[in-house]
Amino acid sequence: MSGPEDSTGEAGDLVGGFRARRKGGVTARFQAQQAGIIRALVSQVEELLDDPADPGGAAPGPGGPPDDLAALLGRTGPATPPDDPVLARLLPDAYRGDTEAAGEFRRFTEQDLRSGKLAAARSVLDTLPEQGGKVELSEQDAQLWLRALNDVRLALGVRLDITEDTALRSQDLDPADPRSAYLWVYDWLTYLQETLVRALW
Amino acid sequence: MSVAPAEVERPEVRQDVAPDTPWVTIVWNDPVNLMSYVTYVFQRVFGYSRRKAEKLMLDVHHKGRAVVSAGTRESMERDVAVLHGYGLWATVSHDK
Repeated sequence: MSGPEDSTGEAGDLVGGFRARRKGGVTARFQAQQAGIIRALVSQVEELLDDPADPGGAAPGPGGPPDDLAALLGRTGPATPPDDPVLARLLPDAYRGDTEAAGEFRRFTEQDLRSGKLAAARSVLDTLPEQGGKVELSEQDAQLWLRALNDVRLALGVRLDITEDTALRSQDLDPADPRSAYLWVYDWLTYLQETLVRALW
Repeated sequence: MSVAPAEVERPEVRQDVAPDTPWVTIVWNDPVNLMSYVTYVFQRVFGYSRRKAEKLMLDVHHKGRAVVSAGTRESMERDVAVLHGYGLWATVSHDK
């Protein structure tokens, strides 16, 4: 797990993060560039979860009898974990060392899990203007932001190979290193997530 | 006296009792989820006090895993599905 000491530093200085509103819910202010970064990353997670090429994808197929039949019987998902390591982290096995139980659980629950994560991602895209500015979220929307931001952090964590004892921090890297920008974004999102948790507590 | 039927039935009764041993939900440590977030999720999902949620979070952090709930297999599968929704790494296990 990642502690609060990880979320301080230069990334935190640029934005105040989330604050609780007196009337309930939370508020935060984003620059256009920051809004653009969040929207781009959330959109990528959305696309990954909604990929029709993936047999487990929630997108409807071309129609016809097989789809109708699936609809009639209640659509089930795949029984095997996704190949993509990011998807495998977002949609993990529910049983360890029991492929059969994990597969059975996945068949009947993965669609719902995907739908929930897609709804969270879309809530961020619906409530965060492209040009940035002040964002005011209801408690309900804030809960969806919390999950969507976390999903983006989980995805970045896999792609950047973040481990428990990762000594790699954005400020330690050569600015020319392509990972540098993404680590900076990861640290910033960590800070944002921390302020959102505190604002909701 | 006809004792045979009772002899035959007894093992079946025992088998019915065995599944009552509790199933558990385990949360595993991962490098991304924030300590504050994990605590918050335990409070919100299970209604635990802040103190209990923090203790479980620290168990996950230091021991690599913690049992966060126990009960029937069905209710543990519900818990795991909810925790996956929050991005926590959770599994169902039979408590032995």
